[in-house]
Amino acid sequence: MIARSRLCPLLAASVGALLLSAADAPATAAPHIYTIVIDKLKFGPAPAQLHKGDTILWVNNDLFRHTATAADHSFDVDLMPGKAGKTVLTKSGSIPFFCRYHPNMRGVLQVK
Amino acid sequence: MLFRSAFFAASAIATISTAAIAVDAPTDPQIAHIAYTADSLDIAAGKQALSKSHNKAVRAFAEEMVRDHTTVNDKALALVKELKVTPQDNPTSEGLTKAADAERAKLAKMSGAAFDREYVNNEVAYHKTVNGALEKVLIPSSKNAKLKSLLETGLTLFREHQAHAEQIAKDLK
Repeated sequence: MIARSRLCPLLAASVGALLLSAADAPATAAPHIYTIVIDKLKFGPAPAQLHKGDTILWVNNDLFRHTATAADHSFDVDLMPGKAGKTVLTKSGSIPFFCRYHPNMRGVLQVK
Repeated sequence: MLFRSAFFAASAIATISTAAIAVDAPTDPQIAHIAYTADSLDIAAGKQALSKSHNKAVRAFAEEMVRDHTTVNDKALALVKELKVTPQDNPTSEGLTKAADAERAKLAKMSGAAFDREYVNNEVAYHKTVNGALEKVLIPSSKNAKLKSLLETGLTLFREHQAHAEQIAKDLK
């Protein structure tokens, strides 16, 4: 009994802390949308600080059709000239990507 | 054998190109004609491959050639219109056309895996030749800045095509 009553304030504090951190969470851990622009047969720089759940918006500003294809097949976006496509990052790690049509167009996403 | 014949065809084109160009640096109207001809010949080769090949990777590559080279030619046509330039036929364009006609006739008699290998090996050789001509002769000789810029875009693109063709050629072995 005594032990339980002693525990109660602790529990209350923990729940409170959990609630507080849950309330804080959207501001710090909400998924972001990052843009990578393709132009003149090149991918723009990959954003730093990528996290699981973030979205990459691939914008093809080039004259030619391209793809953004993960070497591990975790995404494969077809991009007509002047169009955009999205990829949600579902796993962390280093993910090399390329264009299926133009094999020297390459980049790497570093996802935390 | 196949590779060797593709190589000789490429050397022949290279010889024609450099011989024609060594005498006289090409003018902008001639350069526009050479670029448009080189694009059109590769579009024709791609269409032939699409009518004959059943290989998924080869067909995807041929579609890419038709698509990308058509885009470049559309840009080239718009540019010559804007600059009021009439593309002028010349020995380099004639040499490229003659060699491509011979290759197309050769490919017409082939089928299956033999066709695929010959088409892709020739694409490697063809892009190598055209890229060499762009880099060494056509880009340095071009006077108009917009034409030069289009040729530079072309060279970046065709280097990618060469790399893609080399990748497929390796997979077909």
